[in-house]
Amino acid sequence: MKFGVIVFPGSNCEQDCFYVIKDVLKQPVEYIWHKEMVLNGFDCIILPGGFSYGDYLRTGAVARFSPIMKAIVEFADKGGIVIGICNGFQILLETGLLPGAMLRNKNLHFICRHEYVKTENVKNPFTNLCKQNQVLKIPIAHNEGNYYIDEAGLRDLEKKGQIIFRYCDIDGDVEGGGNPNGAVANIAGIINKTGNVLGMMPHPERSSEPELGSEDGLCIFKSIITWIRCR
Amino acid sequence: MIKKEVYRSLGLNDEEYKKILTILDREPTPTELAMFSVEWSEHCGYPRSRKLLKLLPKTGNYPVLIGEDSGGIIVDDIALIFKMESHNHPSQIEPKQGAATGVGGIIRDIFTAGARPIASLNSLRFGPLQDPYNHYLLRGVVDGIQFYGNCIGVPTVGGEIYFDENYSGNCVVNAMSIGIADKNKLARARATGYGNSIMYVGSSTGRDGIGGCSVLASKEFKEGEEKRPTVQIGDPFTEKCLIEATLEAIATGHIVGIKDMGAAGLTCSTTEMASAGDSGIEIELQLVPRREADMQPWEVMMSESQERMLVCVKKGKEEEVNNIFHKWDLNAVVIGSVTDDGIVRITDKGRVVAEVQAHSLTNAPIYNPLYKKPGYLAQLNKLNLKAVPEPEDYSDVLLKLLASPSIASKEWVYEQYDHMVQTNTMVLPGSDAAVLRLKGTDRAIAATTDCNSRYCFLDPYRGAQIAVAEASRNLVCSGAAPAAVTDCLNFGNPEKPDRFWQFKNCVEGIADACTFFNIPVVSGNVSFYNESPKGAIYPTPTIGMIGIIENTRRICTQYFKDENDVIVLLGTCKEELGASEYLKNIHNLVKGVPPALDLKSEMSVQRAASEAIRNGLVKSAHDCSDGGLAVAIAECCISGDSVIGAKISLKDRIRADALLFGESQSRVVLSCSKDSVSLVEAIAKKHGAVFAVIGNTGGTSLRIDIRGKSVIDRDCATLQECWKNSLKEALL
Repeated sequence: MKFGVIVFPGSNCEQDCFYVIKDVLKQPVEYIWHKEMVLNGFDCIILPGGFSYGDYLRTGAVARFSPIMKAIVEFADKGGIVIGICNGFQILLETGLLPGAMLRNKNLHFICRHEYVKTENVKNPFTNLCKQNQVLKIPIAHNEGNYYIDEAGLRDLEKKGQIIFRYCDIDGDVEGGGNPNGAVANIAGIINKTGNVLGMMPHPERSSEPELGSEDGLCIFKSIITWIRCR
Repeated sequence: MIKKEVYRSLGLNDEEYKKILTILDREPTPTELAMFSVEWSEHCGYPRSRKLLKLLPKTGNYPVLIGEDSGGIIVDDIALIFKMESHNHPSQIEPKQGAATGVGGIIRDIFTAGARPIASLNSLRFGPLQDPYNHYLLRGVVDGIQFYGNCIGVPTVGGEIYFDENYSGNCVVNAMSIGIADKNKLARARATGYGNSIMYVGSSTGRDGIGGCSVLASKEFKEGEEKRPTVQIGDPFTEKCLIEATLEAIATGHIVGIKDMGAAGLTCSTTEMASAGDSGIEIELQLVPRREADMQPWEVMMSESQERMLVCVKKGKEEEVNNIFHKWDLNAVVIGSVTDDGIVRITDKGRVVAEVQAHSLTNAPIYNPLYKKPGYLAQLNKLNLKAVPEPEDYSDVLLKLLASPSIASKEWVYEQYDHMVQTNTMVLPGSDAAVLRLKGTDRAIAATTDCNSRYCFLDPYRGAQIAVAEASRNLVCSGAAPAAVTDCLNFGNPEKPDRFWQFKNCVEGIADACTFFNIPVVSGNVSFYNESPKGAIYPTPTIGMIGIIENTRRICTQYFKDENDVIVLLGTCKEELGASEYLKNIHNLVKGVPPALDLKSEMSVQRAASEAIRNGLVKSAHDCSDGGLAVAIAECCISGDSVIGAKISLKDRIRADALLFGESQSRVVLSCSKDSVSLVEAIAKKHGAVFAVIGNTGGTSLRIDIRGKSVIDRDCATLQECWKNSLKEALL
């Protein structure tokens, strides 16, 4: 059981993810520099948040060309568990491992605050310890989290149960006005068709300890560990 | 022959030019002249302020570290390094880049000391939002801070924002950064060891920001001047890579010294590193990476291109250090070496273009500017309260104060800042102080910035003392023991006696208050010439203060936690309305004197609050400041996750408006469970603090009675809406 956290130049949540895996969950974890070409012996790869290459172009658009990305695509194609958080999600979209694209938040501002998301699918590596429709309090911090996909794409996501998290209010009501960035269908996190790649805008590593006001993010990391152990 | 106009345009006066001739015993080269002009400018050499700054205490309860470019304290094995700096003039001209590079510059001062930046705070002051330019400034500055701070992954956790006419034409943008390091792995900003290499690291050099510090920071704003080219452009991505690479390089032990190329770029970094190391430096300008062709030697020396550093590397270790920077795709080039003759020697294609004793550059002349109490103060300090009518509806006044942009919630601003990255932020923005845990320990640190500049305008000495007292009180309310200060002193033109009188009195006020509280001033910055054609800004000595919380389970926040808790006031309400937000906002008066400050009573109240919090007796603690007791209690009701009302009964026999909105110092509003009240009272008694139970939490409205008569009764939801939305609405 080993986690790998990818470090792109400009990543800034890699240490936070590393800390949760190593110090909170006591699991083996290593940093992987983006110029590496191979992934050996990892069970789960985390693409952390941040501003890879400054995000001066479209978010994630440069990072997808980093040498390590080829190995990550191969790893995912073979069923390896990959989770992209925030900028990591944006990179997964640019890489094509997940469908859709990110637009700027509808208010055109960076938004950092706690949000509620509803867990819509619990039969996957990332949320198998959550209850169906469980509401999780997890913070967001992004400029471009306004997820977009066309109608056909959205129908496809819904049909195949690929929508894992939707923004909602504290009671789990998706219509309750809890959509901070204007995302299509309140989408906060999706998986690929085979279910082994998750992209999510909220930061579970920021809500994995009681000191930080929420431990709800921890169940995502714990689900991954459980899934890999039972595989 | 160098003409008068030339050195004058560089900001040097005739006397100073004469002095340069004596030092060199010849005419300076253009490059040398440029170097003297920046090193002797107020921004770098502090010729007018240096003498007074020596009054500030340098010792306290924790061992103090004073570095070349920053300072800090040591708590066990951890060094906490922090500093605050101004970027007022660049922000007034180009708010986004001005603020962004302000953040970038102060953070470089922290990580070049070997510390990882863990938090930023900002103290911002603008003219009223009715003026569209101030509107543009606020939006631009906030955009700059979020653009830079979010990208580099350092949380922006706190600060303050004030609005007042006196900042129209000259806004104030003070950025503070805090870092932590292993106390044994700190780096210095000096060059030592004959033959060691001098390495240039980071972005290439261009023509941006030339004269930023001598011309822009050391002059007043005049109408119609075009100064945009003197503002630098920030590249947070490069800075982020620099942070990681620098900390990695320092950890190798091969770095002798390292310094940010901030103000006056290569000039400051070479001369100050040589001077601090009692050595000399020799560099060849052709080796400096450039982004523009045909730059003159003096332009290369004066450029303020951002995200660059000068590094002194042990001889033979250059390649190892190089590899680290190259891994992060950063320039790293050896451009010279350390010498032992004390001279900064700059060559261009081998030809010497400057050759000056480093000490002669860094020992700027010391001036004793004239000071004189401004004549207008006598009149302004007179306040005839009888002529100030009591309002008809106190609830309305409370709503107006809660909605005034200086008091209203700053959520619109801090939501745009990533205040959670690095996962240390235990108290998010919106309480008295930000609190960050120190991973791997039981400790946390609290940080705040404070200054009521209206107080300082009406009485600079007392105003500055209050800034220290209030910062300290804020930290105490969060559960921390105040530990150290960084100050950012924003004033008008020091060559004008009334401005310098303000400066002198403020520095003395800070010095006396800090000495009394045993809090050292470990770093700081002076920003003079904050003037627009309308005059000087209010004296604004911003205090950034850090405190230590020994046990993260004893962190306290300002908002009420439960219904049916008892509300306690520590301290005394006096009939003091001078300099208050109430007078300014409701009666449009800037008059009187700021509230009295008795340092001993202040200490009693802080000690009592501190001990009660440490003993786990207190559920919430909030400092009473702008807007007085009524505003403080309202904030306790409405600033938490859930709204909790309160019923308050006051008995003091003073004017009702003074009791509700007066800003008497040394007061703290606490809430605790019924069982704890007597214990809190005993603690207050022990420390000699005035203690009074003033009410209970509960319900959905805030009701305040004075001697049985209802004066305020409003639904908390209304108060909250008004407080929360006012800034957002003002910006629509």
